[in-house]
Parts: sequence; C-alpha cells; structure tokens
Amino acid sequence: MNGASSYSGLVDNAFIFILGTSVLLLIGVTLAMIIMVVKYRRSKHPNPAQIEGSVTLETLWTVLPTILVLVMFYYGWAGFKVMRDIPDDAMPVTVTGQMWSWVFEYENGKQSTELIVPTGRNVKLNLESVDVIHSFFVPAFRLKEDCVPGRHNKAWFKSTRDGEYNIFCAEYCGERHSAMLSLVKSIPPREFDEWLGVDPGPPEGAQLLTIKGCTACHSLDGSKLIGPTFKGVFGITETVLTDGVAREIVVDEEYIRKSMLEPDADLVEGYPKGLMPPQGTLVKDEEMDAIIEVLKELK
Amino acid sequence: MADSHGAAYGYTGSYLKTPSNGNLWSWLTTVDHKKIGLMYAAAMFTFFLVGMSLGFLIRLELMEPGTQFISAKVYNSVFTLHGVIMIFLFIVPGIPAILGNFILPLQLGADDVAMPKLNLLSWYIYMVGAIMALVSLFVGGGVPDGGWTFYAPYALKSDTNISLAVMAAFVLGFSSILTGMNFITTIHRLRAPGMGMFGMPLFCWGLYATSWIQVIATPVVGITLVLVTMERWLGIGFFDPALGGDPVLYQHLFWIYSHPVVYVMVLPAMGIISEILPAFSRRTIFGYKAIAMSSMAIAVVGYLVWGHHMFTAGMSDTARWVFSLLTFFVAVPTGVKIFNWLATLYRGSIEFRAPLAYALGWIFLFSIGGLTGLANGALSTDIHIHDTAYVVGHFHYTMFGGAAIGMFAGLHYWWPKIWGRMYNEKIAIGAFAVILVGFNMIYGTMLVLGMKGMPRRYQDYLPEYANLNFIATVGSWILVTGILVMLYNLVRAIKHGKKAPDNPWGSTTLEWKTTSPPPLFNFAEAPTVTTGPYDFTEILREAGVEEGR
Repeated sequence: MNGASSYSGLVDNAFIFILGTSVLLLIGVTLAMIIMVVKYRRSKHPNPAQIEGSVTLETLWTVLPTILVLVMFYYGWAGFKVMRDIPDDAMPVTVTGQMWSWVFEYENGKQSTELIVPTGRNVKLNLESVDVIHSFFVPAFRLKEDCVPGRHNKAWFKSTRDGEYNIFCAEYCGERHSAMLSLVKSIPPREFDEWLGVDPGPPEGAQLLTIKGCTACHSLDGSKLIGPTFKGVFGITETVLTDGVAREIVVDEEYIRKSMLEPDADLVEGYPKGLMPPQGTLVKDEEMDAIIEVLKELK
Repeated sequence: MADSHGAAYGYTGSYLKTPSNGNLWSWLTTVDHKKIGLMYAAAMFTFFLVGMSLGFLIRLELMEPGTQFISAKVYNSVFTLHGVIMIFLFIVPGIPAILGNFILPLQLGADDVAMPKLNLLSWYIYMVGAIMALVSLFVGGGVPDGGWTFYAPYALKSDTNISLAVMAAFVLGFSSILTGMNFITTIHRLRAPGMGMFGMPLFCWGLYATSWIQVIATPVVGITLVLVTMERWLGIGFFDPALGGDPVLYQHLFWIYSHPVVYVMVLPAMGIISEILPAFSRRTIFGYKAIAMSSMAIAVVGYLVWGHHMFTAGMSDTARWVFSLLTFFVAVPTGVKIFNWLATLYRGSIEFRAPLAYALGWIFLFSIGGLTGLANGALSTDIHIHDTAYVVGHFHYTMFGGAAIGMFAGLHYWWPKIWGRMYNEKIAIGAFAVILVGFNMIYGTMLVLGMKGMPRRYQDYLPEYANLNFIATVGSWILVTGILVMLYNLVRAIKHGKKAPDNPWGSTTLEWKTTSPPPLFNFAEAPTVTTGPYDFTEILREAGVEEGR
C-alpha cells in the first residue's frame, strides 16, 4: 500500500531493509537445511564427523547479527524520531475516540466526524478518549497512537497527496470495535481554508447525534444496535430497571435528560449496563435541549 | 525424598503395567512423574482441542466481509476464549508439564523429580486454576470479550469477573512456580553420578532456564491481583482513570509477566530441537555451551523487553527507544541457536525420519516467527503493524510454530519411549506436510493483511481485505485436518502401534538406556555417566561404522 505522509517513506525503507534481510536469512537457513539433509543422508554419508564447536564461528555469528540488529534498530529509530518531533507550526486537531466513533475538533471549535486536512501542511493530533482505550490508526500515513483515557497522547503527520485514507481503531474497545471507522480527507489547502472558514454554527439535529457518538449505539431507523433505537422513542412507555427493580416509565424530556446524565440509573430492560459514559461533561445543556428536540421529531 | 525409591530398583515391568494401574484412583494419587506428565497431557490436549475449535470458528467468521455465522458480540468472546485457553491452559505450562515431567528425571538418570508429592499437588493446583479460569469466564454477566490481555479500563468496566480471572492466572502461575522449583531442585540434586551441569542434555537446560523464569516472573501476577482487588473493592485508583489511575500501568504489569512467559513457552521447545538434531545426525551437537548459555541469556534479557508491546500506548519516547534496543538484543542469542543447529547438521549422517521432519519444520516456522519479530522490535515499523493482523501472524509463528510444533516434535520423538509403541511414520510426516501448508496459508497471509493495515480483533473488515482473508480461512481447514490426522496417528499407536525397541532412533541420552516404556522407577539400576550427552561412539560401533574421522 502506497504511503501518503511525509514520513511514510522512512517507515517503508525500514520495512524494506528489515523484511528484505529477513527473507534472505530465511532462504539461507531453509536452503542450508535442505542441502545438508540431502547431502549428508545416511545412505551416502554413513560416517559423521564429530565436531564439537568452534569459538571463531560462535564469535562470528554473535558479532555479525549484533551489528545487523543494531542497524535495524537505527533504521527503526530514525523514522520514529521524525514521527515524534512535532513541528511547531502544526495545526492542532483534537481527536476524540469514543465507543464507537471518532470526533475531530479544530482550533476554531468546528467539529467533524471525518478528518479533513490540507495536503502539504503539518497537522498535530491531540489524542483523547472519553471511555476506554482506542488507537488512532491511519495505515496510509504509517501513523498509530493510542487514545488513552486520562492521558494526552500526541501525534502528527503531513499528508503528501490529495485523497481519502482509512482510519481504523486498532485497540480493542468493545462490541463495535471493527465498525469504529472513519476517513482522512486530504484536500488542497485553499479548499481546506474555505471549508474551515465556513462557520456552520453549532451542530444541529441529526448531525449532533453523530458528533456526540449517540448513533454508534442508537439507530435512527428502528434497528437494534447496542442501545434502544431513537426512532419513535419519544412518548412511548418502556420497562426500565431502577436499582435492579423493573418499573414502567414514559420516555419524556425528563427521562431523556436523566439518561444522558446517569445512563445506568433507569436502564431500559434488556440492554447492557456500564457501556455509555455519563454525558454531563461531554454534552452542553443547550445541546441536550437540542437533542431532545430531535428525538421528539424522530417518528 | 526420591532416594527412598531406591529400594524399588530392580522392578523392570512397565510403569503402565503396575498392579493397581487399571483404576482411575491409582492415576489420581500417583506420584510417578511419568503418569503425572500423562495426566497433564490428557487435560491439556482436551483444552487444546477446545481452543482449536474456537480458532476454527474465528476463521470461518472471517471468511468473507460482513457477518457470516456469529455476531460481533459472540465473535469477541470467541477470540477471547481462544486466547485464554491456548495461552494459559495449553502453551505456557505445556512442554514443561507434559514432556518436562516425563523426560527430565529420565534424562538425568533419576528415579523421579526431587519432590514427587509436590509434583502431584502442582497438577491439582493446575486443575483448580483451569477450572477457575473457565468459571470466571461464565459467571458475572456473561462471557468476557476483552481479549486474553484484558486491558484496563475496558476489561475493568465490564461486568465480567476480572478478579476471578486474575486469581485463576495466579493459581495457574502458582502451579508453574511449584513445577519450576521442583525442576530446579531436581536438576541441581538428582543428576546421575558423573553428570555435571554441562553434561546435561540440552532439553534439561531449556527446562532449567524456563523454570527460573516461572519462579521469578509469576509473582508479578500476584501483585497485579492485589492491585486489581484493591481497586475493585476499596476504590483505590491504580488502573481506572475515573479513580485517578493509569491504564498504562496495567499494561506494564501485564507484560512484565507475559513477555518473559513467551520465553517460558519457547525455551523448552528449543531444548527439544537440540535433542532431535544430534540423534538423527548421529553426531554431537555443535556448540553445546553456546546453546545452553544462550537459553540463559534469552531468559535474562527477556525480562527487560516488555515495553515493546506498548510502543503506541504513550510511553515516553526515551522509554520506547530503550525498549526497542533491548528487544533487538534478544534476537542475538536466538540467532546463535539457529546457527548452531544448522552446524549440527553439517557432515552428520542424517536419517530423515518423523521427529527430524518436525524439528526441521520447526526451525523453518520459528525462523519466520523470529524474523518477523524484528519489524515489531524496530520503532517506526512497529507503529504501523502494532495491533494489526501482522502481530497475530507473528505470534502464531512463534507460539504455535515455536512452542506447539516443538511439543509435537517432542511427542513424536519420545512417543515410543512413553508408550513402548511406534506410530506410523509415513502418516506422521504426511500430516506434518499438510500442517505446514495450512499453517503458512493462515499465518503467512495474516502477515500480509497486517502490512496492508487490517487491525486485529476485527469481526468485520473492509472489502479490500476479502481475498486474503478467504485464503487464510481455507488454510485453517487444511491446518486442522493435518493436526487431527497427526493426533489420531499418535493415539492409535498407543494400542495398535508396533512394539518399540528401547532405543528406536539411536539416541545417546539416558532415557534411551532404559526399557520402552520405562519401569516404575525408571532404571533397573541407577545409571552412572562417563561420556557427554551426545557421544555417538557406541551407537556408531553397533552400527558397524568406523570411528568418525
């Protein structure tokens, strides 16, 4: 797969050197075995030589491999150093991993569920997680760094080609781990500036549900994911578990608000506990109001 | 004490035919190291077959993109169970418990391990630990799904019973510690007269190095257990950021134990290879001391490299390059072994028989395992392949190719000694050829998938990975077929095999100087040793070959 970041070439060179050397060594070892098994087969070679060892050879095949692996270490380190030296002029983007979606927030507050970046400009990533460990992985950029809750890991890249590149979550994070996908969209800087400059205002409606990660678990079309669907949910009567005791409630504004703040307090029966992070610090009051309005309309 | 068994020398009937042998109770209360080894084998191969079925299911689900047979939720539990069973119940304790128990005292010329009753206790502790591990998976809100690594905070958040699971790992580890202490004591105290430390067969050296790792590394699991328990019950934050803890600390503790354990799995397998190569080349091993000492070197350096599992976790950049550098130093003693093995073939008199086929196949697979590890040790390349299918392929080459295939090689080598029966060698070699094809189709393909960016632990994947995944799944069918034929061939031999001579391969170590199968206390009379472990003078004279030039 072709690399598309400023340092992907360095990583690929290290791969070529390490894997190339490895393939040569493997061929050598395998051929040596086959040749000797054939050449010294008992029918042709009944009288073995009892050679106990050789200090010269032992020294040789200790020292030479040591040098070889030190060169490999150097290659690995050289590429890594570039990955870790974040340029001062890099544009910061906060990457937030949450079960099971990615949100990207730019300096001006603009949020997006895809990582839109200007080709040829340095981008710095502040990696955050709101729940468990995720790992931000862009294979085409040879870039990966974990989003660890409670830590503030950093990474950077410079895209060298316009295009769309896969984003995966590489650290196991639960049921929909393999669906935690997104895209990097690398576009010409002028288009990017235009895109970034357009203030979309605060995200609204269904867009808010996506950015806040709601739709990773709550469908909008009635299908059952991890949590109950949002379709037609407002106003219906549900059986919930309060401290383990089943009772019936009506899904109203108050219930929805409480479910965002304390997801496990009145848990809809039949759905797993402990998966949804309390949203108090993640969703602002006015955003909660907006979400409730959206749910009212989702018939 | 083992010496008290001395009175029993002179009984020359098979250990399998002692008067009370027929009933189960005589097995469950035996202190005979050979029977204990076989009891481990019975338990472990049961677990192995379960683990293999789960692996088969994983590959079936991944045959095509989308959901085929099992949902994401079930899939996540299946790969977790596959890992837990294979690692903790099969590969880690496997070779020492089965072949170590059976062969070590025989190779040393002893009548049993130093502490036979403790040995039996270790088996019971293993069984308790295994049952706890299996129970922990099913109590407390269902089957867990965190993978065998159970990373915080995901695994701590879920309802599954993490405390019991860690407790089970500790109990299993305790069994390993006791077995390790038993082996270390046996090696130091019960070598036959005339056998110095450097007169031991190299399998004993592999077990010796492994035993030290077991004794020293396993307590870390105990420490982790205490911390997890304090966090769960007292609310003191160690790992959970919500309580002010750091999830990366859990990863450190996990790998401080689990990385050295990788060498627990593979060092005894290297010992097995070091036995088989001289036997079928009819010549002394090349570089005995280098092989013995490289085992110890791997054991020591192996303690200091755990951080290479965490290159993307957010450790300081300094820690990352230090761990990378140390990791590369482990590669050197491993390479030294491979070169010495090759040199052992040089100008030998080689007979290509089933155990040698397995041993040479092992060298091929383990070389791939070791060499593919280099790209994991180097920083920039590891960043790309970390947590991808590449890593899954790599560790199956080392753990399955290295440890399990090594065990299969050992089983084929010692099977005639254990049961007094020969298996069908043509079927054994044929089955192994099938295994090799299937093996490389699965795990070789995974290496490529990972390079192309497919992450591990994915139930679903993008269409661009479809073809390679399909190949890997077909490979799994071939691999499983080969393994089943191989196991059937071995099991069939127990009853129906031809009678095995005492020394079917023309080997030189002490276990071949007693009957097949050995008597209850191993030797009709206590052996003394006057030559090195791989002295073929007598074998060659019997074969009518002149003294080696």
